[in-house]
Amino acid sequence: MADRKTGLLPGETIRLGRDRFTVVGLVEGAMNSGGDPAVYVTLADAMALQTELDPAAQRVQTARGAVSVKSASVATIIARMSPGADVDLLTATVRQWKHLAAMTQVEQEELLLASVVDKARRQIGLFLGILLSVSAVVIALIIYTMTMEKLKQIATLKLIGAPDRTIIALIVQQALILGASGWGIGLILILAVKDYFPRRVVLEPFNVMVLAGIIAAVCLLSSALGVRAAIKVDPATALGS
Amino acid sequence: MALGDILIEVSNVAKHFGEGETRVDALRAVDLTVRAGEVVALLGPSGSGKTTLLNIIGCILAPSAGRVALDGEPVFDGRWLRRDLRRLRLDKIGFIFQAHNLLPFLTAEENVSVVLDLVGWSADKGRARARELLTYLEVGHRATVKPALLSGGEAQRVAIARALANRPRIILADEPTAALDGARAGLVMDLMRKLAVEQEACIVTVTHDEKIFDRFDRLIHLRDGHLVSA
Repeated sequence: MADRKTGLLPGETIRLGRDRFTVVGLVEGAMNSGGDPAVYVTLADAMALQTELDPAAQRVQTARGAVSVKSASVATIIARMSPGADVDLLTATVRQWKHLAAMTQVEQEELLLASVVDKARRQIGLFLGILLSVSAVVIALIIYTMTMEKLKQIATLKLIGAPDRTIIALIVQQALILGASGWGIGLILILAVKDYFPRRVVLEPFNVMVLAGIIAAVCLLSSALGVRAAIKVDPATALGS
Repeated sequence: MALGDILIEVSNVAKHFGEGETRVDALRAVDLTVRAGEVVALLGPSGSGKTTLLNIIGCILAPSAGRVALDGEPVFDGRWLRRDLRRLRLDKIGFIFQAHNLLPFLTAEENVSVVLDLVGWSADKGRARARELLTYLEVGHRATVKPALLSGGEAQRVAIARALANRPRIILADEPTAALDGARAGLVMDLMRKLAVEQEACIVTVTHDEKIFDRFDRLIHLRDGHLVSA
């Protein structure tokens, strides 16, 4: 059984290890912890794939006189502890057999996060940081240009008595509207195309709101250049043609 | 508050820019008094000091020396006597510009009520006052229109409504009829005079427009920073 995102079709065959497998059905949303689409094989096949070498490697091992490794009949045992049981004592006891490993649920999660998710998260975080920095510069330039175009209107507002806070509010509003538009368009685009990504994209409402907060902060920061230009405008600029 | 009150009192005001060889004396010992109900014009060639005097009365530019009092309140005596000059302008002075300077993203009505919003009026009260003024100036039917769609005369009347919105007693106008033809320029000046009398305000206008000279109570001539005749 293969996830639809693998691109495999029913009846197709794929070679895994020394065997060929036939796709007998498709499923939706089956993925590994990294978000890549997954295929299901029987437990016995999975264990064989994990331990058996492919024919070429097997020949090399046989030639050098190595004893053929037999597939293990058990790969993992999942133990559910009674409430109040000492998990640390159990894992420490199991680890006394040097060929066995015992992990608590927390340790498994940490291992998974550290080996698969954390690297991807850092990579995406780096891209996000670069994109946000570039966006901040672009928004700052747009707001600055828009402010420079409105210098006479700003001077008029100052001349008729508008306090600086009103003028600052106008510029910040403009930056926030720009940011909100970008956020909205981005969100719509992501929602529209995320299902066509080769990996599964999960967009939690909390993440969407955090991104909105980051964009708002970037917009506030970016509007500083425009605000500075507006504050420096001489009200006398409004007089004359 | 009555017609005849002294609203602008400029005493021995001088203004120079730069120092030493680059020093330019824009105004030299100018005295000027304008009373409520008066409509006066500042005349003179380019560089005579008209705009500098207008900027000083408008509390935009600090004189180098002298005293200025507006509506009975001393505002400058060697230094500004009020910290919040924008509030002073908001409360006491209305400005009318050569190119109307309406905010393009607001409707005519909003352009007028924005001043009242700054003063602290409620939105409903501000809208009602804006409508009242626009109707009085015969542009009430254009209240919801943006400035880009107004004719020159309509836009200038909206600008007058904005200048008069919170009933300031001092109206300063910089070439208010420059963009208008003779008939419309006369109409605008008549409206300004009528409102000035009704609101017991005074109007000081910088103008070169000879067509409207007969609309003023006084013509004040400036030359090389001196007030030569009034």
